[in-house]
Amino acid sequence: MQTAALALILARFQFAFTVGVHIIFPAFSIGLAAYLAVLEGLWLKTGRQVFLDLYRYWIKAFSIVFSMGVVSGLVMSYEFGTNWSVFSRKAGPITGVLLSYEVMTAFFLEAGFLGVMLFGMSKVGRGLHFAATCCVSVGTLISMTWILASNSWMQTPRGYTIDPATGRFMPDDWLAIIFNPSFPFRLVHMGLAAFLSVAFAVGATGAWHMLKARRAGAIASEPVRVMFSMAMWMAAIVAPLQILAGDAHGLNTLKYQPVKIAAMEGDWETEGRASELLFGIPNMKTERTDYAVKVPLLGSLILTHSLDGKVPGMKDFPRDQRPPSPIIFFSFRIMVALAMLMALVGFWSLWLRRTSALFTSPVFHRVALCMAPAGFIALLCGWITTEVGRQPWTVYGLLRTAESVSPIVLSSMAMTLAAFVVVYVIVFGSGLVILLRLLGRAPEEGEHIPSPAHPADVLATHTHPGIAGPIPDEGA
Amino acid sequence: MMDFAYWLPIVWAVILVAAITIYVILDGFDLGIGMLFALERDQGRRDVMVNTIAPVWDGNETWMVLGGAVLYGVFPGAYATLLPAFYLPIVLMLLALIFRGVAFEFRIMTRDTAREGLWEIAFMAGSGIAAFSQGAILGGVIQGIAVTDGAFSGGAFDWLTPFSVLCGVAVMCGYALLGATWLVWRTTGVLEASCRKWGRWLAVGLFLGIVAVSLWTPLLHAPYLRRWTDWPNILFVAPVPVLVVVLGVLLATGLRRGHSRVPFLCALGWFFLCLSGLGITVWPYAVPPSLTLWDVSSPPSSQFFQLVGTAILLPIILTYTIYSYRVFRGKVTEADGYH
Repeated sequence: MQTAALALILARFQFAFTVGVHIIFPAFSIGLAAYLAVLEGLWLKTGRQVFLDLYRYWIKAFSIVFSMGVVSGLVMSYEFGTNWSVFSRKAGPITGVLLSYEVMTAFFLEAGFLGVMLFGMSKVGRGLHFAATCCVSVGTLISMTWILASNSWMQTPRGYTIDPATGRFMPDDWLAIIFNPSFPFRLVHMGLAAFLSVAFAVGATGAWHMLKARRAGAIASEPVRVMFSMAMWMAAIVAPLQILAGDAHGLNTLKYQPVKIAAMEGDWETEGRASELLFGIPNMKTERTDYAVKVPLLGSLILTHSLDGKVPGMKDFPRDQRPPSPIIFFSFRIMVALAMLMALVGFWSLWLRRTSALFTSPVFHRVALCMAPAGFIALLCGWITTEVGRQPWTVYGLLRTAESVSPIVLSSMAMTLAAFVVVYVIVFGSGLVILLRLLGRAPEEGEHIPSPAHPADVLATHTHPGIAGPIPDEGA
Repeated sequence: MMDFAYWLPIVWAVILVAAITIYVILDGFDLGIGMLFALERDQGRRDVMVNTIAPVWDGNETWMVLGGAVLYGVFPGAYATLLPAFYLPIVLMLLALIFRGVAFEFRIMTRDTAREGLWEIAFMAGSGIAAFSQGAILGGVIQGIAVTDGAFSGGAFDWLTPFSVLCGVAVMCGYALLGATWLVWRTTGVLEASCRKWGRWLAVGLFLGIVAVSLWTPLLHAPYLRRWTDWPNILFVAPVPVLVVVLGVLLATGLRRGHSRVPFLCALGWFFLCLSGLGITVWPYAVPPSLTLWDVSSPPSSQFFQLVGTAILLPIILTYTIYSYRVFRGKVTEADGYH
């Protein structure tokens, strides 16, 4: 039995690792595809070269990010079965169908038009090319919608009956399944997270090139300034919206998964006028949170929007239904702290704009550079909070994680886990290096002006050394 | 409702086999081109080879995701039994596909650096390992897996037998043939000539593979043998081997006489016949030799809901996939660059 328990832990770790790496790329693609669609649309509307320059600059990063998303996503579509075969057999009639809809409405749309988007400007007209970009962008959003419907159903299952003979989830009402209670909140929260992550990644790229230009005693080129400005607008608008969306999602979770909230907050006793823990180390054995630093009344205020609202404690729930509080207590706090920081940077950018100092404040540029991974880290922490907070269930309250696992022997699971870690470090590590090198090169201003005779040439410089010239080495 | 429960899995089996066939054909020539890197050392020509598939490989691989998703949603019993049974070769295949998928971008992005060669090898080896794994999994399904109470109950290496290795090698050979004939169609000059030469050898290899698998398969399980030899079945199945030979002759002459499209279409025909033959052999089992389609299928409400969407979406998908292929039609030469 010992080895079975260890195999379960490895199966969970393997799934968490592969999906944790994967989630970065779709989030990146969602934000970047939308950004590219906006850039190309602005270029077509205004005819300004700078938007085309930026489009060409970011599409190279997009093609790398997207291909890493495709290959890491392929793993996911089979890992449900390899690692969680009992879950697949029982919940497949619902989650498998949702995944199929995702493939048919989103993946094909993205893949079908990606070729045209990346390589097709010489083959199709401008309008059609813009349509292809929009199709890819819409595809990423549709994809997010389906996978979050499926994920939300696992958190707040609705519209099913359980077949007594087989224990399978039988779909009764597909609208209830898709539009389950946590779905709208999760969708908005995740969508904004993707946009925010990309805003800070783009902003940091702009900041990097402004700092480099400043060091060289020059003024940053127009594409750099435009990209930085656009990114900071997104930060200023989306970060506050995200905090509101997160608050609403939290209230929704309190209603449907109160024990998850209790574990996130490190609260053990149910009480009104609850305080909020800024820090502490929840101890699942002694049922208390050590080294707690509390702010009186704030807990009730945040979770119920009133000073004497009742906040749940973990002791109200049986021990075997509590998620591991120490993990999500911290992941939740890191996410919230980063959200506050991102909102702060957004406000700061607005203030700098008022005094026309947005492009001349090296301190701000350094801060923006440091914030490059902020959105992605917050996104990962949020994902850890909601998924670890779902434990010990795969389908909330109905199917335990321990009962969902495949009959894979420990040695196989350990071997493949090691293989996944090694391969992911090599492949996605290389991807990161290549991406950083690409973004370390400033966008070139008007260097590849599209000639009317060959409007096509604008994108023909994709990556081939014969045309685009060699990509400089690191440190160049 | 009873009728629904009987017919829906049959309809879905046809759709699933069609999706697998489309996948095998489309990603087959992609993976084949990767393997042909072993024979073509010239970087310029390697770039041309990749350029013929760069705009479409994503879409090709999506058919495999569709196959996994349909199995998961419509035949969850098969998904939950087959995937644990083929755990190791599936993980091997996925890791190989990761290497080869990112190599499309990485091999060019790292050009003129120390790691340039690494991604060339990743593209070639990833393609070969993925092809072998797919063949071995297919062979493993045909030879059957141990099932108790509807769940996999065998060992981690049950799939690894001489038969599954033969299937793996045959699929490698077949994909390389698809790749070579695709390049005959889509390229010119030295590369086209080389591909005609390689195509002949690969065709011989695949033909031997088909013969060996065809003779071996009926010996695995008695029902397989009866499927092909019982009267009147034999009337319907006899054309399959005959057509294999006819297509082989056409393929050889096409390669020799300089036809551009005929060899590729003949290779496609071979794959179509092989997969049909396998379908005929294995029917009506989803997990040979114990679980039928009906044993593993999801409730009719799931199958029906998914069928409605598929009936609407699949024709649309096929339309824009064909459109995207048409955008990039025609011969690709070294002057084209990475498009």
